Amino acid sequence: MVDLSVKIGGLSLRNPVMTASGTFGYGTEFEDFVNFSRMGGIIVKGTTIRHREGNAYPRLAEVNGGMLNAVGLQNKGVDYFIEHIYPTVKNYDTNVIVNVSGATLEDYVACTEKINDLDGIPAIELNISCPNVKQGGMAFGTSCAAAAEVVRAVRKAYDKTLIVKLSPNVTDIAEIAKAVEAEGADAVSLINTIMGMAINAETRKPVLSTVTGGLSGPCVKPIALRMVWQVAKVVNIPIVGLGGIMNANDAIEFFLAGASAIEIGTANFIDPSVTMKVVDGIEDYMKRHKLESLNQIIGQLEL
Amino acid sequence: MAKKVQLDGKVVANEWVTSSYFKMTLSFDTLPNILPGQFAELRIDQTPSVFLRRPISIHDVRPQTNQIDLLIQKVGDGTQWLSKRQVGDLVNLVFPLGNGFTTADMNQQTVLLVGGGVGIAPLLHLGRFLAQNGSKVQFLLGFRKKADILPLNTYQAVGDVLITTEDGSQGEKGFVTNHSVWNNAQFARIYSCGPTPMMKAVVQAARQKNIDCEVSLENKMACGVGACLCCVTQTHQGHKCVCTDGPVFNSNELPW
Repeated sequence: MVDLSVKIGGLSLRNPVMTASGTFGYGTEFEDFVNFSRMGGIIVKGTTIRHREGNAYPRLAEVNGGMLNAVGLQNKGVDYFIEHIYPTVKNYDTNVIVNVSGATLEDYVACTEKINDLDGIPAIELNISCPNVKQGGMAFGTSCAAAAEVVRAVRKAYDKTLIVKLSPNVTDIAEIAKAVEAEGADAVSLINTIMGMAINAETRKPVLSTVTGGLSGPCVKPIALRMVWQVAKVVNIPIVGLGGIMNANDAIEFFLAGASAIEIGTANFIDPSVTMKVVDGIEDYMKRHKLESLNQIIGQLEL
Repeated sequence: MAKKVQLDGKVVANEWVTSSYFKMTLSFDTLPNILPGQFAELRIDQTPSVFLRRPISIHDVRPQTNQIDLLIQKVGDGTQWLSKRQVGDLVNLVFPLGNGFTTADMNQQTVLLVGGGVGIAPLLHLGRFLAQNGSKVQFLLGFRKKADILPLNTYQAVGDVLITTEDGSQGEKGFVTNHSVWNNAQFARIYSCGPTPMMKAVVQAARQKNIDCEVSLENKMACGVGACLCCVTQTHQGHKCVCTDGPVFNSNELPW
């Protein structure tokens, strides 16, 4: 029997497969396609202290090997989450993790404090890397000082596992990772989407209402792998890897680069049951390679 | 609401009906219950420029044989790939998606189904469903010119079919909202699917006559299940997902 369990800070995952924020709704949307009790965790939609309408349509541009989105953190706010969504998701037989987003330091802390009170939420993923909001978001994730400041403030307000989601839109992601580790982050997740844009040549107009958006899908995987590998060399906390994972083989590559767990994002749009297939595929890989524990491949890239 | 499924359908027919529209018939081992106005997300394989599934409305359903028909307009590489599927090929579908049209209250009522372009596709399933439940169904279908008119025998088997062409080469000349049927319009509801400017004109016409109106929207979409929030439309209650809150909206919900 292969052991797929893994620990991320104080968080125990039955297997390393989670879903990325903003790609799996609150889980309920995918109930007909997956079995929650076979998932490591669900990271729910980016949640902010107040309701956000998000950006105007069009929010989506398809590109070769992926897509750009410009949703802009549309969500009904943390109070709505607590009142209407938490009562359902707390009963799921998997870890439900809230992605906490904000525009100001105070917003991040206020939202975190409310989530901290929820017994059924074992961890948060702090989103300091959303490229689609005008204020805050990525601004916190693109300088070491700002990243350190927000993690320091949120750490004080949060007792459970704190995962910090990093932006790839930086000169040196390893430096940011070290800065958030120093402030007490239990883990880092990377990468968030890469800022990109799409143009309609016929109309001479941008495809997205916001002109730029976040790139995701298999086209970003080589960049994500490289960044996970770079960060793994400099931090001692676990890494949650994501970026273009479409199948179990992609997931294994992230483990070898240094990730202890992975998130599946855009692939959910192409195959709503992809998470189940990735779990099966990881198990199969472990058996074929006669591995008993995931730790035997994490960071085991042979140079 | 029926459980959503992900299934491979086997192509049993796939033929061009005009120079740019083709009809694909898919067969399944079992078929979920599909409401009129619901749609499927079709997987497009091995086409580098196509990453996402393609949302396609359900044109017709034959529960006895577990078959569905899709009427598809060739627009880009994704629909091009679909047009080339051969008999016996498998196509992966996630369906049934979306809310569907409101039909329960239309028994014995007279209804008008207004379509344009590929928007006429879901109106066949809707018309058949309504007719089977005792409604009197009239179709009003708009085309640019005679050569663009799609085969209408399936529609004629369900209800009256009225035609407009922009150049007057068949039926009445002009847009669907110029048709004489509006002069004495007495319908319990108007259902519409087609290009947005057409649906907006239909909504205005229905509003003037004080007739309830439902429209089916088509927005660029990724997940199809209400998770990605990409396909939103502006409503009086803020952004709503076309894939799950729609694709059918009552015109009163929309700032049109």
